[in-house]
Amino acid sequence: MRRGPSAFNIAAIVLGMGFLYLPIVLLVIYSFNESRLVTVWGGFSTRWYVSLFQNEQLLAAAWVTLRVAFVSATLATILGTLAALGLVRAGRFRGRTLFSSMTYAPLVMPEVILGLSLLLLFVSVGVARGFWTVMIAHTTLTLCYATVVVKARLVSFDEALEEAARDLGAPPWKAFALVTLPNIAPAVAAAWMLAFTLSLDDLVIASFTSGPGATTLPIRIYSAVRLGVSPEINAISTLLIGLVATGVIAVYLLNMRRRTPGA
Amino acid sequence: MNAKTRLNIGAVRSSFAPWADPSAKPLVRFDQVTKRFGGETAVDAVSLDIYEGEFFALLGPSGCGKSTLMRMLAGFETPDLGRITLAGEDLAGRPPHLRPVNMMFQSYALFPHLTVAQNIAFGLRQQKKPRDEVAARVDEMLALVRLGGLAHRKPDQLSGGQKQRVALARAIAPKPRMLLLDEPLGALDRKLREETQFELMALQQRLGMTFLIVTHDQEEAMITADRIAVMRAGQLAQIGRPAEVYEAPNSRYVADFIGDVNLFEARVTEDDGDIIRLMSPEAPDGLEAIEDDEVPAGSTAWLAVRPEKMRVHLDPPPPGPNRLEGVVADIGYLGDWTTYLVELPGGRTIRAARANASRVVDRPVDWDDRVWLTFAPDSALVLTR
Repeated sequence: MRRGPSAFNIAAIVLGMGFLYLPIVLLVIYSFNESRLVTVWGGFSTRWYVSLFQNEQLLAAAWVTLRVAFVSATLATILGTLAALGLVRAGRFRGRTLFSSMTYAPLVMPEVILGLSLLLLFVSVGVARGFWTVMIAHTTLTLCYATVVVKARLVSFDEALEEAARDLGAPPWKAFALVTLPNIAPAVAAAWMLAFTLSLDDLVIASFTSGPGATTLPIRIYSAVRLGVSPEINAISTLLIGLVATGVIAVYLLNMRRRTPGA
Repeated sequence: MNAKTRLNIGAVRSSFAPWADPSAKPLVRFDQVTKRFGGETAVDAVSLDIYEGEFFALLGPSGCGKSTLMRMLAGFETPDLGRITLAGEDLAGRPPHLRPVNMMFQSYALFPHLTVAQNIAFGLRQQKKPRDEVAARVDEMLALVRLGGLAHRKPDQLSGGQKQRVALARAIAPKPRMLLLDEPLGALDRKLREETQFELMALQQRLGMTFLIVTHDQEEAMITADRIAVMRAGQLAQIGRPAEVYEAPNSRYVADFIGDVNLFEARVTEDDGDIIRLMSPEAPDGLEAIEDDEVPAGSTAWLAVRPEKMRVHLDPPPPGPNRLEGVVADIGYLGDWTTYLVELPGGRTIRAARANASRVVDRPVDWDDRVWLTFAPDSALVLTR
């Protein structure tokens, strides 16, 4: 009988995890670097966090990004949930398979193409590029992810539950709100988190569709890096990682609590 | 001498028979109801009356349309033709939440995010009942299905039998005019199922509520129901008390679907009013049955004999009608019953069943024994379709 993981298992885990997280760990460590030079360790310090909060350009970009991410994630989750409901519930209709696979297309479509096509659309319609165009573009990008996540949960959801609610006297909308929604809530929350993080770190589509006054954080970081990496970038990236990680862990815990008996 | 009046009904409620009273108004009436799915006709012009206080069973194999019929009553499917009335009122166009019937789902469909008590209260909440009234009714229901201590459990912390009882309590709580049960005991193991069948029956008697059960399990239907409707391919094959559909089936399909039956294809040689005589190559001594309905001589009919009505003899009985000779090909020992498969000279196998009334017998019937099977004329039935 073998006990615990073998040497091979340990090596595989270390290698895999290292590959995934070494760059991030390095970035986090260097965000606490005293030295101005990004690659030279000059001792522990939080001075870059202090200077970050005095860098109004970066803070403004972060604020834009958070707003875009929040609004587009919310919109994408609502639309994605509706699309998933339609696809799962509508039964068989003509072109259902086509429609179903079309929701996956943006997942595999190169972002450059999506960004470019959105830019063309905005230009031809004559919309001034800014906050709202980035927001709409990000909704387009994240909508299909949200649909896929919610759809996966809905497929395993027993429709008899909603029928039971209606049978017991709840009108359709109430049956949905009282029975279906609470049961797919973890998936809806996960969809929102996914959409939020996707929007948060998108550079390509944002650079196509943003305009003056709506510079997002990834664009700001990217252009700053081209002029030379400042340790402030490390600091704000660390904060972003912290934000995203907190969100992911929160969703995970939320799901756990639901499944634990007696909770 | 009418064989049907002498049937061994055996039901507690043999006096309960509103369907025999021409002045009685049915609670539910299906009138020429037809439902198609695509090209398939799931329910084909079914007309059916169910009376107040009745325990009615829809019995049939899967895909015979019994569930569709029930779902049309609940409002989840819309009939293509015909109409359904409840207490004289046409239900057409009324959505499920406005129909005074409740359904117990096959999967139980308990709300996983709600506790047992919240599940049971769901229907009452929809009726906007005051809080204390809801609480009182939930307690009453919990006591009724003996789940008092489990009010605050979630469904995934319950056993199969407990879930089944919660589902039942939830459906009964809003006091529907009628309770619909869709294969309610299908997920339970045998022992529990048997107990629950009797419990259901007792519950229905106590509440005086009308129950409609859909099942493919003939035993379930026989035990619980006042009347059974046997369905076949979207149509009603026969409606009657359990003893009627078992002892007086109207067709080979019903005879074969409910229980086991031996069928002999035969030519009618004589019908003298009471006794019908038939000829079959499988029974060289001829066949006899008591039958009220007239069957013209010369026509082809089927003689049906249930296995438990066959007597097995090791010594040849005196020659006469209803005597078959064969060899024991197989023995199925069930403890309470033993089934003998007897091969006739023609090669066909006949079933005979015997209750094992005593622990020991002088000479047990063994494999390859030569045996004679006999049956009384009033144990056999002549079927013409």
